[in-house]
Amino acid sequence: MNERLLKILLDAIPQLIEKFFTMTIPLTILSFSFGLVIAVLVAIAQYAKVKVLREFCRVYIWIIRCTPLMVQLYLVFYGLPNVGIVLDAFPTAVLVFSINEGAYMAESMRGALEAVPSGQLEAGYCAGMRFPAIMWHVILPQAFRTAFPALSNSLISMVKDTSLASVITVTEMFRQAVIINGRVYESLALYTEVALIYLAFCSLLTVLQRFGERKLSAYGGAR
Amino acid sequence: MMLQIRDLHKTFDNHSGEVLKGVSLSVDKGDVTAILGPSGSGKTTLLRCINFLETANAGTMIFEDRKIDMTRAGKSLISFIRKKTAFVFQNYNLFLNQSVLHNVTLGLTSGRKMHRAQAETIAMEALRRVGMAEKALAYPGALSGGQQQRVAIARAIATSPEIIYFDEPTSALDPELIGEVLSVMREIAQDGMTMLVVTHEMEFARHVSNHVVFMEQGVIIESAASEAFFASPKTDRAQAFVRSIMHQHQM
Ligand SMILES: Nc1ncnc2c1ncn2[C@@H]1O[C@H](COP(=O)(O)OP(=O)(O)O)[C@@H](O)[C@H]1O
Ligand SMILES: [Mg+2]
Repeated sequence: MNERLLKILLDAIPQLIEKFFTMTIPLTILSFSFGLVIAVLVAIAQYAKVKVLREFCRVYIWIIRCTPLMVQLYLVFYGLPNVGIVLDAFPTAVLVFSINEGAYMAESMRGALEAVPSGQLEAGYCAGMRFPAIMWHVILPQAFRTAFPALSNSLISMVKDTSLASVITVTEMFRQAVIINGRVYESLALYTEVALIYLAFCSLLTVLQRFGERKLSAYGGAR
Repeated sequence: MMLQIRDLHKTFDNHSGEVLKGVSLSVDKGDVTAILGPSGSGKTTLLRCINFLETANAGTMIFEDRKIDMTRAGKSLISFIRKKTAFVFQNYNLFLNQSVLHNVTLGLTSGRKMHRAQAETIAMEALRRVGMAEKALAYPGALSGGQQQRVAIARAIATSPEIIYFDEPTSALDPELIGEVLSVMREIAQDGMTMLVVTHEMEFARHVSNHVVFMEQGVIIESAASEAFFASPKTDRAQAFVRSIMHQHQM
């Protein structure tokens, strides 16, 4: 490896890392959190068998899952201004990622809710508890445990998908690499470098997932 | 009169014909009523309608001098009644993510807004009564079926209900575990709890309950004091049923 290339790569690291921590990570955390809230609400709405709400949720999941994320980003960022709705790039990215990932995670949560033995809901009612309390204390904790691997998967996908925000001018880590490359023309080396940072971080998340799964694997050490 | 049911009818959308065809029964305070009958006769459905887990198609309930149209009881009325009743299920239905102690306290802290410390005192007392106090910190998954059902009974008595409904509480248990649950139920009955118990345990029906109701195909065909019932069931069908159950148990 020649000296010029080495210097380019070393110089790029702090710039990439900076964008990683100031943009990629916040984008991931915000979008994942909002997405999870959407997912839980949508999954509960379906679980609770409220007819109108359930139909609405089905339509939401259908539309989101059957259109590309890239198209959704373009639609909101470049399309909505035509009807007078103008949003900044970063909020747009958070909005679209949350709504997008929310639909996928809602399906994971719905499956997990339905896997909780249903007699516990009735037992909760008979103990004098109300639906929200039963969900909070009994059903959701069990559903989260079941959904944990799928939700971890969604989180890892989300980290990588934030790179798509570059197409709507959000300068997250990947777009920063593109910008640097525009000056130095070292595509192979730079994009490898950025790929390695994603790889390292997602590997860390994978390890955390295994750790989390082990922690969650049993209530009170038995079962 | 603690509880009275008049002319209860129930049909399921996906099931042809009425499952309950005008069931009436009444339970006095302190009564232990056994509901007997062959499988599919509507015993579970009856209990579920009485606790509003199913909505009846017709029927009136009189609960502590309140007259309730069972087809249109509202949420708050249902919640009011449920706080004065308890239900023990065939398959226990314990909260699997909660410790034994919290299985019992949740109905108090969440259902009745009681302070945690007070709830835990009451819960420990209930667990002691069913012989499960040492397992307070265990999780349901670590318990045998008999222990789980005893915890479910502790959960039921902790809220000091006016009446407890039992739906075949020993039917899911291995034979060697049935005794421990029945003896807990017997003690609770002796302490004066009002109980409505669907069961196939003839010994329990005969010696613990003071009243027997025999159901078949969605109707009550015989209702009598338990001594009278077991001395000589009036109807042929009840006679045949009792004989067949006794016979099974001897084998
Ligand atoms: N949720 C339901 N949907 C349709 N049919 C049901 C449902 N629950 C019970 N049934 C029917 O009602 C009848 C009585 O059932 P059940 O009350 O469980 O009887 P038992 O408890 O006496 O064995 C059975 O024929 C059963 O198939
Ligand atoms: Mg039954």
